[in-house]
Amino acid sequence: MHQIDCPWCGVRDEAEFKYRGDATVTRPAAGAGADAFHDYVHTRANPKGWHAEWWHHTGGCRQLVKVLRNTLTHEIRQTARAAEPLAAPSPETTPT
Amino acid sequence: MSQPHRLATGGRIDRSRILLFRFDGRNLQGHPGDTLASALIANGVRLVGRSFKYHRPRGIFTAGPEEPSALVELRSDARREPNVPATVAELFDGLEAASQNRWPSLAWDVGAINARFARFLPAGFYYKTFMWPAAFWERVYEPIIRRAAGLGRAARQRDPDAYEHMHAHCDVLVVGSGAAGLAAARAAGSAGARVILAEQDFELGGGLLSEPAHDDWRKAQLAALREMPEVRILPRTTVLGYYDHNVLGAAERVSDHLPAPPPHGVRQRFWTIRAKQVVLATGAIERLIAFPDNDRPGVMLASAARTYARRFAVAAGRRAVLFTNNDEAYQTAFTLAESGIGIERIVDSRETSAAVEEARRRGFEVLPASEVSGIIGGKSVEAALVRSRHGGAARTVVADLVCVSGGWSPALHLASQTPAKPVWNEKLACFVPGTPVQAERSAGAARGVFGIGEAARDGHEAGRAAAAAAGLEGGATIALPTEVPPAATAIEACWEVKADGEGKSFVDLQHDVTAGDIRLAHREGYSHVEHAKRYTTHGMATDQGKTGGLVGAAVLAAARGEAIERVGVPTFRPYVTPVTIGAIAGRETGRHLKPVRRSPLHAWHVRNGAVLLETGLWLRPLYYPRTGEAGWTPILREARAVRQAVGLCDVSTLGKIDVQGPDAGPFLDRLYTNTFSTLPAGRARYGVMLREDGMVLDDGTTSRLGEQHYLVTTTTAKAAEVLEHMEFHAQTVWPGLDVQLCSVTDQWAQMAVAGPRARQTLQAAVGGRDLSNAALPFMGVAEGVIAGAPVRIFRVSFSGELAYEVATPAGYAEHVWEAILAAGRAFGIVPYGLEAMGLLRIEKGHVAGPEINGQTTARDLGLHRMLKKTGDYIGRVNAGRPGLMDPSRPSLVGIRALTDDFDKRLRGGAHVVSAPEDRHSLGWVTSVTRSVELDRWIGLAMLEGGIDRRGQRLYAVFPLKDEVVEVEITSPHHVDPENARVRA
Repeated sequence: MHQIDCPWCGVRDEAEFKYRGDATVTRPAAGAGADAFHDYVHTRANPKGWHAEWWHHTGGCRQLVKVLRNTLTHEIRQTARAAEPLAAPSPETTPT
Repeated sequence: MSQPHRLATGGRIDRSRILLFRFDGRNLQGHPGDTLASALIANGVRLVGRSFKYHRPRGIFTAGPEEPSALVELRSDARREPNVPATVAELFDGLEAASQNRWPSLAWDVGAINARFARFLPAGFYYKTFMWPAAFWERVYEPIIRRAAGLGRAARQRDPDAYEHMHAHCDVLVVGSGAAGLAAARAAGSAGARVILAEQDFELGGGLLSEPAHDDWRKAQLAALREMPEVRILPRTTVLGYYDHNVLGAAERVSDHLPAPPPHGVRQRFWTIRAKQVVLATGAIERLIAFPDNDRPGVMLASAARTYARRFAVAAGRRAVLFTNNDEAYQTAFTLAESGIGIERIVDSRETSAAVEEARRRGFEVLPASEVSGIIGGKSVEAALVRSRHGGAARTVVADLVCVSGGWSPALHLASQTPAKPVWNEKLACFVPGTPVQAERSAGAARGVFGIGEAARDGHEAGRAAAAAAGLEGGATIALPTEVPPAATAIEACWEVKADGEGKSFVDLQHDVTAGDIRLAHREGYSHVEHAKRYTTHGMATDQGKTGGLVGAAVLAAARGEAIERVGVPTFRPYVTPVTIGAIAGRETGRHLKPVRRSPLHAWHVRNGAVLLETGLWLRPLYYPRTGEAGWTPILREARAVRQAVGLCDVSTLGKIDVQGPDAGPFLDRLYTNTFSTLPAGRARYGVMLREDGMVLDDGTTSRLGEQHYLVTTTTAKAAEVLEHMEFHAQTVWPGLDVQLCSVTDQWAQMAVAGPRARQTLQAAVGGRDLSNAALPFMGVAEGVIAGAPVRIFRVSFSGELAYEVATPAGYAEHVWEAILAAGRAFGIVPYGLEAMGLLRIEKGHVAGPEINGQTTARDLGLHRMLKKTGDYIGRVNAGRPGLMDPSRPSLVGIRALTDDFDKRLRGGAHVVSAPEDRHSLGWVTSVTRSVELDRWIGLAMLEGGIDRRGQRLYAVFPLKDEVVEVEITSPHHVDPENARVRA
């Protein structure tokens, strides 16, 4: 069970959150074209290691929380409010 | 004589009380403090079960939860529980237990014939033999295998007991209450830490319980811990899972030591423990050695024989042979001898050791460089075959107990779930926990620090360090047990004794896996330890190979010609020991599985005889049958009333989202395919929302209540999803927009007043506000008062009739509802439910869940005019993908049965074809109803060619029920396609 440090509420259990996917993608500008919107919806890096993600605190403050999480070890290194920057996800992965 | 194997003195049992129990129908006696296993031993019962595959006779092999053999059924009827290790079942008065896996009786078992055919039942046998023909598997092989091989029988009745979930937070969780665990808890507790001490046994002390010399220290620690208000001690609690972020799961057997839980009490409790720091003091488990017939009743782990003698005061045999590869096991020989059990031989696989000398000094007959090469006896050990490892014939040593010690393996199951990879320790010949990856540390035997004194010291240090890591420094220094460690010679690995003849050397007693099976797996290419495990099922039984897992890995390593650390052991997974489903489910069973949502008008519906239906979490009225009404009758009556007079429907379950802020309009413009910023205040507009992939997400009406204030309605089913969708976009995609969102679904009751007499009804209910077409036109929004309660009136229609939706704060719901009913009485008002509402919307051709199913676009649903030409909105670009613009995509049409015979029913899910026998489906029927206006079955369908097929005669076929109905393709709007009624 993940324990997520919500920047608004404090440490809360994973059960209160809903995973909302990759926080590194941004919605293309209106005129960006079909390929850009295809990538926005469907193309993901699926990294093994550090990953910036959205977790929606639906069972709490209802804020989207930015979470820097290791997809391999499940370690959470940092959380931030939606408008705040996260430290750039490091490319480092923990060896198996 | 009662309890013939009970020792005259000693033990932690209460001899003053006798407990009566039954095993396979025999009446037996034991004492408080006994386990079922120790009580069976006291009574001289050796044969307690038959093995899984070969039905070999099995006895008691261990004294703890690692037991592979002595699995029994406990209790009877609804409380019958299979596969309980007799070694952990706490004895109580009236306990009823039965052996498993035998027929017709334990002593005479027909299935034992399997053993004769063992050569035909090798590892991988099931895979190889039963692969073909496939159809035989289900009908022939599986039933036979299920009967022949298997464990106990689960109860067939509903579980009568209650279970519950507990959540706990602590600074330091200590798992295990042996010397290391007690010292750790004490150290952490004295530093001021909030401590939970969990012990799987019913008595606290672990290995100390077999060490009378240290009992005073044990008692002193427990007394001190009980004085600490922040220390919680949980006996009978197995920590069985170590999850991410230091969350651990534990099962507490609250009432399993009683015949039944006390009234209103729980049987078991599942704990979710969130610990800042964890100390794993789980001890170590002694290993077996694979030698021929090492599974015979009377072969037992050395430490178990010692535990039975010391803790339970029972003699597991009268004449014992000890077979060991390490010095520690000699303590068993010394203890058994003190208890009056004859030690016939000590067989040591090593050339020499300090313990050999010590034993000889004490007068024991020791055979170094020797091994047990076989067992004489079937249902009980009669003698051991002993031979030199340098060659020569085996000699027979008469004995009824063979104590085996292949060394000790730290119980690192929890540590390896963290998941710290175990590390091989050559000196100790075992895996020890790897470098921690979570906030935990192992202590004592759990990390290979053996001996009471050493373990206590290690635990004390671990407890102190854990408290410090949790931010609590210091604490008292406690007295530790003093122990003069005997000069010990190192263990020398001894995994297997090679068989000369037919005898089976088991590495997994519970699943009947032999050393030969492991080698076979290797020969057949299953050489990875995980593959060998699955091919042989080694370690996959309920004990997860705790006593022989490493032995199997070592046999595999030898077959591969590699070092054991390169082979490794299979991954340990939760649960460390089996847990009942009841404990996991807790209170969330039956009606309590999920919450129930009730409309603010629920009580009225119940009082007025509504038939209720669960839709999602909501309980909604389907219809309100009158006396004698059945089937479609009440539904048609209610729908007809709406078409001809007026009806009242509870639509409170619709999602309602309040949207406010200077940018509320532009925000909604980006969410919806149509425009809301141009909507004047006091008006409502129908809107369609897409997902970013271009499919329709939801639809509904949105009203503008003020310059910066909108109220969005969603469908009942999508309310939560739409709110999340809006929040995600407001917070992360367009954070620059100044807009606030809030669900007000539960704050407002809402009711639809629909039918040609709706205006008259509502006008009579609303005081002092003109509801004429001019004052409140179609899609107009107004505020008003009904019977003193504030209301919002939305002139929207889902039924296709002149209609209003009236919203009022939830607390006024019934009051307003009654007032409207009273006002409508003169006009023939009736309440109508979900079924009539569905009928009306299908007649009108409104899309709902069956059409908006996540795979349809706005174009598919005939909503293309809702797609604005300019400006960005979610889903705009992807909705234009060529595949989604393909004109051959099925699109929405209406269908009508040609016949008015209601027995020829149209069915949702039916395929539409051009001739009854045609196999090419042109589309499918999404929604159907009996129509009150057209007096026949009608429906909506998704059809290739869509509305261009209007007027064609096709067939709706439902082959599963052999149904064929001739239909005409029409506009989806079966009723009032000009939309005149809603504007009346």
